[in-house]
Amino acid sequence: MSCIEVKPMSADLIAPLTMTRTCPHAPPAEHRRLRAEAPVARVKLPNGLTVWAVTAHEHIRTILSDPRFSSNRRDPGFPYLTRERPPSSDLKRMLLELDPPEHGQARRSVLGEFTLQRIRALGPRIQQIVDEHIDAMLAGPRPVDLVQAFSLPVPSLVICELLGVPYADHEFFQTRSATLVNQNAAPEEVGRVVGELMTYLGNLVAAKAQNPTDDLLGRQIARQRESGEVDYQDLVSMAFLLLIAGHETTANMISLTTLVLLQQPDKLAALQRAPAKTLAAVEELLRYFTIAEQALGRVAIADVEIGGVLIRAGEGVLLLANTGNRDPEVFTDADELDLERGSRNHLAFGFGPHQCLGQNLARLELQIVIDTLFRRIPGLRPAVPEDELSFKVDATVYGIREFPVTW
Amino acid sequence: MRVLIDENKCCGAGQCVLIAPRVFDQRDDGIVILLDQAPPKELHAAVREAACVCPGAAIALEERE
Repeated sequence: MSCIEVKPMSADLIAPLTMTRTCPHAPPAEHRRLRAEAPVARVKLPNGLTVWAVTAHEHIRTILSDPRFSSNRRDPGFPYLTRERPPSSDLKRMLLELDPPEHGQARRSVLGEFTLQRIRALGPRIQQIVDEHIDAMLAGPRPVDLVQAFSLPVPSLVICELLGVPYADHEFFQTRSATLVNQNAAPEEVGRVVGELMTYLGNLVAAKAQNPTDDLLGRQIARQRESGEVDYQDLVSMAFLLLIAGHETTANMISLTTLVLLQQPDKLAALQRAPAKTLAAVEELLRYFTIAEQALGRVAIADVEIGGVLIRAGEGVLLLANTGNRDPEVFTDADELDLERGSRNHLAFGFGPHQCLGQNLARLELQIVIDTLFRRIPGLRPAVPEDELSFKVDATVYGIREFPVTW
Repeated sequence: MRVLIDENKCCGAGQCVLIAPRVFDQRDDGIVILLDQAPPKELHAAVREAACVCPGAAIALEERE
């Protein structure tokens, strides 16, 4: 791609590191330079934090699989990308913050909700939700913001129904989810939003304990009751994680996927001729955008050598998966979007025991969206040029803020 | 090819089931089930891929030429 400029790297080992994407989706040029010259590098983040940046695919996989790297975000050495340290909260440690052996036990308690079979059973309902939102778009004014009309409400409704969270409250948690992934949000605001969500989910869990419901939260309550006492804090923490994770991820992938396929109509046409290839295309789109890169951090809890570099206990590590997903050692023409690449060996869902629990739900939603949106709105096109779009370069999850489309 | 699985390492991502559904399945609780410990040659590439992308390194392969 012509817009990637590679400048010579200074000899200074603690190089300042920007996290802002360019191009607009590609990792910053300096991340690539690191991958080529120092795949495990000491860097200084814009917030002043000095951490290790890991850019090679192989090393990222190794670290994410190694229990000597902790997921405990509340450890003082854990890297953060916000300007200030995230505020402390009363929220019980979430699944993504746990280490073994607690992590394995906690994950296994909810794993059964996300088996391929269970997720596939949601297919007809997801199709219906997608179709209803397209019906509403077709009946409404043009241009319309795809994010608000489609990309956000579809996965939002899906996760709400799965969890058993009333969709009527969607504005409440959609705005709060957005605050939680906005790296410029003030710590006091983040603290307030976490508190509001905890209260909301606490009330919801308490109501479900009174009147059992057949949804993920209801089933978790029943499951905990069978094995002893209901741990409300545990359920609030789980609901918190799944609700946020279900909002800011698939929604951004839907917008970015739509944009890139509209920009490359030959690739879209090839997909429409062979819908059996959609799942492989989804995999490649996940790799190409790697939207949740900035959520991948660890802190070493022992001295560990990675790629000939010693990482000491207590030091923070950032796994730059977007750059790892463009590693030429693993992917040929890695900067190209090749929908027929057929490689699943990417890091978009992370790696190791914490790998995204909802990955098969995300795959299915994206598959249904791709197979439906362009078929039902064949004239779909961006209503503004790409350089007028605002990308979420300062968010934990990359995406498009507003995407006006017409047809 | 002989396939070995380690249930303790399985983190239930389900990728093996997606890639090689004739060789792997999941229990109701998400943990891997091995359907065929000596899969036929035409499935070897898929099984190798499943082992490679398994996030928990729960799939081991013994290959003899």
